[in-house]
Amino acid sequence: MGVITTKGLTKKFGELTAVDNLDLDIKEGEIFGLLGPNGAGKTTIISMLATLLDPTSGTATVANQDILKKPSKVREHIGIVFQDPSSDDILTGRENLYLHGLMYGVPRSIIPQRIDDAFDLIQLTGREDDLVKTYSGGMRRRLELARGLLHHPEVLFLDEPTLGLDPQTRKRIWEHIEKIVKERKVTIILTTHYMEEADRLCDRLAIIDNGKIVALDTPNALKAQVGGDTVQMEVSEPEKAAKELEKLDCVSRCEARENRLDIAVKDVAQNLPKVFAAAGEISNFSVRNTTLDDVFMHYTGYDIRDEGAEGAAKHMQRVVGIKK
Amino acid sequence: MNQLNGLYAIWLREVKVYFREYSRLIGSILTPLLWLLILGKGIGASIDENESFAGVPYEQFIFPGILTMTVLFQSVFYGLYIVWDRKIDFLKEVLAAPLNRSTVFLGKCLGGVTDSMIQVTIIIVLGFFIFPDLEYTLQSLMLVYLYLFLLAVIMTSLGLIIGSRMDSPEGFSLITSLVVFPMYFLSGALFLKKNLIDEAPLIYWITAINPASYAVDAIRYTLIPEDIFLEYGLSRDLAVLIGFCVFLLALGTQSFKTMKL
Ligand SMILES: Nc1ncnc2c1ncn2[C@@H]1O[C@H](COP(=O)(O)OP(=O)(O)O)[C@@H](O)[C@H]1O
Ligand SMILES: [Mg+2]
Repeated sequence: MGVITTKGLTKKFGELTAVDNLDLDIKEGEIFGLLGPNGAGKTTIISMLATLLDPTSGTATVANQDILKKPSKVREHIGIVFQDPSSDDILTGRENLYLHGLMYGVPRSIIPQRIDDAFDLIQLTGREDDLVKTYSGGMRRRLELARGLLHHPEVLFLDEPTLGLDPQTRKRIWEHIEKIVKERKVTIILTTHYMEEADRLCDRLAIIDNGKIVALDTPNALKAQVGGDTVQMEVSEPEKAAKELEKLDCVSRCEARENRLDIAVKDVAQNLPKVFAAAGEISNFSVRNTTLDDVFMHYTGYDIRDEGAEGAAKHMQRVVGIKK
Repeated sequence: MNQLNGLYAIWLREVKVYFREYSRLIGSILTPLLWLLILGKGIGASIDENESFAGVPYEQFIFPGILTMTVLFQSVFYGLYIVWDRKIDFLKEVLAAPLNRSTVFLGKCLGGVTDSMIQVTIIIVLGFFIFPDLEYTLQSLMLVYLYLFLLAVIMTSLGLIIGSRMDSPEGFSLITSLVVFPMYFLSGALFLKKNLIDEAPLIYWITAINPASYAVDAIRYTLIPEDIFLEYGLSRDLAVLIGFCVFLLALGTQSFKTMKL
């Protein structure tokens, strides 16, 4: 049995089913991803596993403890980095970690050592005694990452760890997460709606849409299921072209959005002439490797990028604004 | 042991935050001073204090009431932070800790009570300079702190209970105002309740179910030991306040256990 198993885990908010009959089995030591757009139910899943929210039906075990029968036992074994900022910005980094250590049962005598190690891990040594409000968004996130690990949990939940951060900062956080995995024995459950993040970090991932798992496998297997590389072309008669293309053996998938076709093609180099022949008049064309975006599109029928980074940035503004 | 460390951490956080936000401190000293110096002097100048208050100046007569007022408002509005913290992820960090909800509630409550006690200390010190006739002895001060502490526990609990049920800061402010203003005016902070027995018996009976009335009674008689100010008596005041404390602490723990995020 895995570190986390859920059986029919369901959460309803009134009419809305935020999490729908979820069955998961997460193995010890893996990084497991929950990938889905805003509102897919990712945070709700984490809240239930962290015993902050009771499921409407179904149950789960975390670190071999039942979330309904032994919630306090569950909480002894988990660490969480929440989606929204949750460190006190008028306290210093050290104070935040110290208070966390006390609340999460770290013996008082070893907290200072843990704090030094933590700042070392996230490479913020020297900033311990600065107020968190003087930290950048990325530094604050790293602090929260270190805080989530301070009490050496068996299971670490990361809820959108790089939401609203710029690409460079995001890479930095990924490096930290990879380092943590290498150095510590910890199972990580990570939610994200960034495809590259899921691709780079996760051993396995579940694509979640409307509270349901629509696909679950390793990133490579998921991409392989969609098939080959993706040829993208703009054509004058997309419907007709799509119909012709789907007849080809080498085409495993063909999706049309306005004039643009996304075509998954096996052995592109050999089959490209056939594809061209079937597509008719072409105005633009490119070939790229299949990404999780294609996988997502394949399973849900829409593009996760449609929401864009703008939504995330707005979200962060709202959250940070509240406290001011 | 872990619960105790957790309790300490939650309390310590509240106190640290309180001391970092000077504006909160300064803002809440101004109001009591306005009441004392303007309302106290104003009304004092228009009544015969010899007849009603045994010659005690009106502004001095209401000083214990103003101490009570400070605790009433400061404590109950502390619950607002819970509403804020619930809207964002601040509270989750605490609720996801391996702590009982009762520990969390008690820690928050003691944090709020500490804020109020610091506040009130400043006013007590000011009172010492403004009103040299007040009874300031070690014993009287200890009694005053005891009663203010009990009232602060009651009001902070009430604020946290309301805060744990409300989704919006506006809603919280509305409900607490509806509760705390009547409590203040019906506490006898500004008048002697026993004069109401014949004039307005209904109001008198309402004052008698108001915990703030008992705090005002005890603190006034302790700081100004004149027999005409004695209404319920110190031991009855203590018993009633402890009763309210126990009830609200239990209710508060319960409300944190069932709090929705
Ligand atoms: N406390 C709540 N009350 C009502 N609806 C909620 C609540 N929390 C989440 N939801 C709804 O549940 C759905 C899933 O939300 P969430 O788990 O936050 O998604 P995600 O984290 O994937 O963006 C959304 O439609 C959201 O509006
Ligand atoms: Mg979320």
